[in-house]
Amino acid sequence: MKIKKSYDEINRKLAQGKAVVLTAEEVKQMAEARGVKAVAKKVDVVTTATFGAMCSSGAFINFGHSTPPIKMVKVWLNDVPTCAGLAAVDAYIGATEISENNPEYGGAHVIEDLVAGRNVRLRAQGKGTDCYPRKNIETYVNKKTLNECFLFNPRNAYQNYAAATNSTDRMIYTYMGILLPNFGNATFATTGELSPLLNDPELRTIGIGTRIFLGGTAGFIAWNGTQFNTTQPRARNRVPLKPSATLSLIGDLKKMSREYIRAAVFERYGVSLFVGIGLPIPVLDEEIARFVTVRDRDIKTYLYDYGIASHPVVAQTNYAELKSGSLRINNREIKTAPLSSVFKARKIALSLKQWLLKGEFSLSEPVQRLPKNTTVRKLFIREVK
Amino acid sequence: MKGRFILNMPPSSSNKPITWHLIKDFNFKVNIWRAQFNAGKEGHLLIEVDAREKDLQRGLKFLKQEGIQVLPLNRKIKINKRDCVHCGACTAVCFMDALIIDQKTSRLVFRSEKCLACELCVKACPLRIITIDF
Repeated sequence: MKIKKSYDEINRKLAQGKAVVLTAEEVKQMAEARGVKAVAKKVDVVTTATFGAMCSSGAFINFGHSTPPIKMVKVWLNDVPTCAGLAAVDAYIGATEISENNPEYGGAHVIEDLVAGRNVRLRAQGKGTDCYPRKNIETYVNKKTLNECFLFNPRNAYQNYAAATNSTDRMIYTYMGILLPNFGNATFATTGELSPLLNDPELRTIGIGTRIFLGGTAGFIAWNGTQFNTTQPRARNRVPLKPSATLSLIGDLKKMSREYIRAAVFERYGVSLFVGIGLPIPVLDEEIARFVTVRDRDIKTYLYDYGIASHPVVAQTNYAELKSGSLRINNREIKTAPLSSVFKARKIALSLKQWLLKGEFSLSEPVQRLPKNTTVRKLFIREVK
Repeated sequence: MKGRFILNMPPSSSNKPITWHLIKDFNFKVNIWRAQFNAGKEGHLLIEVDAREKDLQRGLKFLKQEGIQVLPLNRKIKINKRDCVHCGACTAVCFMDALIIDQKTSRLVFRSEKCLACELCVKACPLRIITIDF
């Protein structure tokens, strides 16, 4: 008999405390022992997670109006410029924006400070209008004084990512960490078999409106992420071999925890934000059971040479190899190292599992599926007249 | 007692079997970690030695007489473990494998006995929680 479950059925079971929820790691163990069919039959939800540096992140903030009021044109938070071209007291702080006087402090640090409940110095300039006469303001704000403060990340949770190495004879400093000369190391940036979009490669259960774990609280998928690409080559198990789908995420920063939102500095590259994300995947049928039981060895990616501007491919590899600590290429051993935290991801998957089991978190069926047949366009340089 | 030293050797001493003397004459247990020699140029040797206090002092005196500069390596790195997210970025640059991600727990493990205090991890840590302790 074919197994088919609906969101309603699973949510009912969750509410009654009868649902079986496993983390992505647990469900793979179960599949090894008892097979995919048993997973489809017994398991209702699988929790997946990642914790990595995601540059395309930021937060919308509403400061509230002062007396007399100001229409803020330029806004700085702890000397980090924000985008203030929206109404009078709204701003967006981008994670990678850098402080005007400290290259190791940026938007991500402001976000972490706000999450931690610390005071942040607000400085703003306006031009003064009849309805907004004030021209300058300087004060402190924190998450209690702000009206709204929500994370809105345009591109997170990449479905697969490139691994990086360096063939040249000099050390290079990249967003993939420090790459030692002469293939001295290789870094990679997903949690592999724990990673959300690698467990639902065709995004059958993931779409607009999906409730997720974001930074320690419940958030949502707002849209497809930027650079969303569904046309990359795929393996037989449908898992893409190259960076593919991405997610645009939204959630209440005031409820987030510093345990899952952390600022990052990459030497000679800049600032980024570590974001902790968890996604529940309902096991609706046998196909999804097969998807969520994919193993690291069956998730492939390419190792690129970041020492050369065009980033040529060095080899194809898989996450079992990458996570093992070393890689063999042309008879030489290359040390491998992660940039995403499996330790944190495991914690997130377990937290999300607990939320589901306690009935604090229910599954939401996507309001709309994410796009199909999209590719990423290049930016061509045209003559400007 | 154990110690780690960088030996900077003048070009003249490169013909002499210095390590042999340390072992043979002063009972040093020598572990060579890094060596860089080019004919006619200054050489560099990074060693860990285990020797009795008396032998150690005699051996170091011998090295100085040979015109070799001896720099004890006693810098240490310090990790603010409470703030660590176990991302692994520091392990990428640790060629001594003093910093590793434990395969089972996925946590960062620091094996201080292997650390040369090369300081690469200080730059590689995205949280800036690794510092040099003098």
